[in-house]
Amino acid sequence: MTNSWVDIRNANIVLSMGGNSAEAHPVGFRWVMQAKERSDAILISIDPRYNRTTAVADYHAWIRTGTDIAFLGGLISYLIESDRYNREYVEAYTDAAHLVREGFEFHDGLFTGYDEARHQYDKATWNFDLDEQGFARRDETLQHPRCVFQLMRRHYSRYSVEMVERICGMPQAKVLQLWDLLAQSAAPDKTMTILYALGWTQHSVGAQMIRTGAMVQLLLGNMGMPGGGVNALRGHSNIQGLTDIGLLSNLLTGYMTLPAAGAQDYRGYIQEKVRQPLLPNQVSYWKYYERFFVSTMKAFYGDAATVENDWCYHWLPKLSEPLYDVLYAVNDMTKGTMTGAICQGFNILAAFPNKAKVLDGLSKLRYLVIMDPLANETGEFWKNHGEFNDVDPSQIQTTVFRLPTSCFAEDDGSITNSSRWLQWHHRAVPPPGEAKTDNAILAGLFQRLQKLYQEEGGAFPEPILNLTWEYSDPAHPAAAELAQEYNGRALADIEDQGRIIRRKGELLNDFGDLRADGSTSCGCWIYSGAWTEQGNMMDRRDNSDPYDIGVTLGWAWAWPLNRRILYNRASARPDGTPWDPNRALIWWSGERWVGADVPDYPIAAAPEEDIKPFILSESGTGHFFASEWLGEGPFPEHYEPLESPIPNNPLHPQNPLAYHNPVARVFAEDRDTFGTFEEFPYAATTYRLTEHFHYWTTHVLLNAIVQPEKFVEIGEVLAGELGIAAGEKVRVRSKRGHIDAVAVVTKRLRPLQVDGRTVHQVGIPIHWGFTGVAKKAHLTNTLTPFVGDGNTQTPEFKSFLVNVEKL
Amino acid sequence: MRGDQINLQNIIARSATNEPSPQIRSGGVEQVTKLIDVSVCIGCKACQVACMEWNDLRDEVGECDGTYNAPQDLTPSSFEVMRFSEYENEEGDLEWLIRKDNCMHCAEPGCLKACPSPGAIVQYANGIVDFNSEHCIGCGYCVAGCPFDIPRISKKDNKAYKCTLCSDRVYHGLEPACVKSCPTGSIQFGTKEQMLDYGAHRVGKLKERGFDNAGIYDPAGVGGTHVVYVLQHADKPEIYSGLPKDPHISPTVELWKGVTKPLMSAVLGVSVLAGFFHYMTKGPKEEPEDDPDPDQAAAEREQDRHDEERRP
Repeated sequence: MTNSWVDIRNANIVLSMGGNSAEAHPVGFRWVMQAKERSDAILISIDPRYNRTTAVADYHAWIRTGTDIAFLGGLISYLIESDRYNREYVEAYTDAAHLVREGFEFHDGLFTGYDEARHQYDKATWNFDLDEQGFARRDETLQHPRCVFQLMRRHYSRYSVEMVERICGMPQAKVLQLWDLLAQSAAPDKTMTILYALGWTQHSVGAQMIRTGAMVQLLLGNMGMPGGGVNALRGHSNIQGLTDIGLLSNLLTGYMTLPAAGAQDYRGYIQEKVRQPLLPNQVSYWKYYERFFVSTMKAFYGDAATVENDWCYHWLPKLSEPLYDVLYAVNDMTKGTMTGAICQGFNILAAFPNKAKVLDGLSKLRYLVIMDPLANETGEFWKNHGEFNDVDPSQIQTTVFRLPTSCFAEDDGSITNSSRWLQWHHRAVPPPGEAKTDNAILAGLFQRLQKLYQEEGGAFPEPILNLTWEYSDPAHPAAAELAQEYNGRALADIEDQGRIIRRKGELLNDFGDLRADGSTSCGCWIYSGAWTEQGNMMDRRDNSDPYDIGVTLGWAWAWPLNRRILYNRASARPDGTPWDPNRALIWWSGERWVGADVPDYPIAAAPEEDIKPFILSESGTGHFFASEWLGEGPFPEHYEPLESPIPNNPLHPQNPLAYHNPVARVFAEDRDTFGTFEEFPYAATTYRLTEHFHYWTTHVLLNAIVQPEKFVEIGEVLAGELGIAAGEKVRVRSKRGHIDAVAVVTKRLRPLQVDGRTVHQVGIPIHWGFTGVAKKAHLTNTLTPFVGDGNTQTPEFKSFLVNVEKL
Repeated sequence: MRGDQINLQNIIARSATNEPSPQIRSGGVEQVTKLIDVSVCIGCKACQVACMEWNDLRDEVGECDGTYNAPQDLTPSSFEVMRFSEYENEEGDLEWLIRKDNCMHCAEPGCLKACPSPGAIVQYANGIVDFNSEHCIGCGYCVAGCPFDIPRISKKDNKAYKCTLCSDRVYHGLEPACVKSCPTGSIQFGTKEQMLDYGAHRVGKLKERGFDNAGIYDPAGVGGTHVVYVLQHADKPEIYSGLPKDPHISPTVELWKGVTKPLMSAVLGVSVLAGFFHYMTKGPKEEPEDDPDPDQAAAEREQDRHDEERRP
């Protein structure tokens, strides 16, 4: 989230799109209802289904799954052409005036530089026109034909209301009604928040859907504003922490990235990562990358990391692929090139697409380690569970080790929520039976590995032998010790302008203390400030809100630097006064920035200095033009899901290369596992239900009672055509397999008119498997396609094709 | 909430009893009410789970019947269920109306009137209608007496069960478990006056949003209730999964209460004995001809609800 859960209450318009917040986030949804109650906000729900959020929405529309970029791209065009955007904001705080270099073009669905054989782009032209000093040229009038604003305007001029209707299956009158409502937040005293979740993430164009939402918010002047922002509603309680702490295979902590195979030279790696300002006088905070990186390496390797050995840079793995994600791992298992796996809190058999392929991969492993509190499906993949998992155990040689872990209430630690708050929790009860904490299990594994390397040597032992392990109980690092490690310490006295600000051994106050000379250690730079010499900031529980704007700085601790709303400098006009006096967040006092939140900005920088509010970006601006940051191109473009219910992309009917995302993650061996709409005519989407949490709560009697049995949702019209009545059993097939389930026949799904065709959508909850206390069922991921987003490799769980038959 | 708003001895009505209720207490007790704002409810069923947890109930793992309703009906182990109905209004707009169904705690409780077993059903001064299971003889008259089809007889112990409005929690100054668990503030708890004030505020807000017929459901036919709804369409309560438009105690129960029961009560303790002999000789299912028939009444109500749901 750029903002916070509580802040939703400040919105005038709540757009729920790419998510079903009432269903999946019922507790956080209270803030939506408070927005309605406190400020008479309107709630708009746009979704393939009329869902639980829609039940309390003021306006809603059905949309064909996977087409959100078309709706939002059309909105961008509508806002520009009808002059309903926040012009002052766009001019001052965005890259709209930047000029883009000659050579960058978009033609028939593809940007410049597409390599058809590699399914990748050469992004050389996707950049700004720089002057002699390396600064971006700008046209403050926004009239230059190569300025970002005009390029964007031209790009989305194709997204007419007629085109949006054809792609999304939403009647034009409905489209225009919603665009008119959303445009109201262009007023400086009106804000809109966007709430999204996996309904945007889990598409082959997921990252670009989210970006389109962000572009809309920039145009409307809603970034940095209370009640604004682009807000990812996280599913697992700690999934925000997962990315923060760098658990994706291409990341280091705090969103630093692992080097690619080509980056063997340390100085070259740093120079590529250090981002110098693209406009004069801007912060461009990634220019301090080396401070973060060196401090991380000191946390990893302590005294072994020195300036002479490039801080052990050469011990880090270098990526020969852009991302060794889970799809990649499963593919390698099936090929026999990955022979062992550890699933830590990960029920991969149920949670990853194309169950048959995952099953094949697991069956070829030599060993599989399961760390989980529950005896889940993955741990029993080798066992015959009748029709739901019809395998022959005698043909599977994988050795499965099950290591029972504790649950959250059985250990101390911090959980990072969607609002970026790190909230400390204390152990309530010890883990049951033989269960151990994840820390204890991993520590045990590490110590055994280290001992083997010590005794037997082995290839490349240094990173294992030199890893710092300074915990009072090496077999069980305490959560408090780990937290202090990620906060960081001074390894020598730290000086600032001749004054010692931190003594050797002291905990750091924040990432402003970090040094690139090896005198600081910090496990995760964005978490620096969470546990300081003042104590455990995450354990604070003061919920006072002195400005009555939903900002409680004494409650837990938020990264970065306890800032609760990111880019909050943009909540004030360029002159430092709030856009909306009734929604004042921070403002210029004449000497410094003051107000309810911690300024996300240099605190003493006067408005006249024209330091722009997006201090991490190289030009300080919010970006409509994404340069080389995303795989598909600098402006989001609508592409059809890999399995589409229509024969071409209505925007580019003649170009088969622009039918689907040209850089979607597809393995060659999966090309024949995709179905066509002739064989599988219905668009399917998967989702979660309030009553269950993934595949876990089907192990819990209370949850099983309130939602006992697998079902699929089918619209009344389709059910009528197929002769299916509510409560009857149906079989849902995709190219990859079938599931059986009870039919929920509903008015809440309707056929849509898409480009001259009638498209029915089928809703499939992900829950229920063959373990637990609820009714046993086929796993939903038997159906889903093995394809990933072009940037994140997140599987396309939200759009694929099925057929339905009555059993 | 104040802890003194319920006193387990401060009973104002007691089934099958002509003895006067305790009289000496005065003041200190306010009428409590639970308000369920259907327009704010997202049907998450947190209240259902909280109810099962607080009351130590675990229903069967049932089946999906082709709707989101699960369990599909109240049972001795499900004191409340959420009922989902898809309603298309005159303009063809779809609404998904989700109603939490549980005991309404009537000011004039039909169950209590119908009950032949002394003290099996009581009404506290704060308005809560509670079942004292140890006195229940399982005759099922309460089922027939309830205009909302709430009580259920357990096959395990042949006793009637329903929502207690968490009388045990309220006794200790706490709100009912369902109220505590509600994430959106759809379920509120306070004095009847507070809840009617809050309900009026909510109705005003709904009218501003175009729900011209929004209103509070506090039906006069049962003397008002201590569970009230805020409805977007108070003129059509039946569209909320068959919420009765004008609930009243069935005529047979009124007859039983008005004529038969006083006659029988003329003999000291006769109702206890009648219930006892009835149970010992015939079991709970077979009723005297002039008694209300719970099964038949329930079937009739089910038919009514069925019809009402299908009305446009």
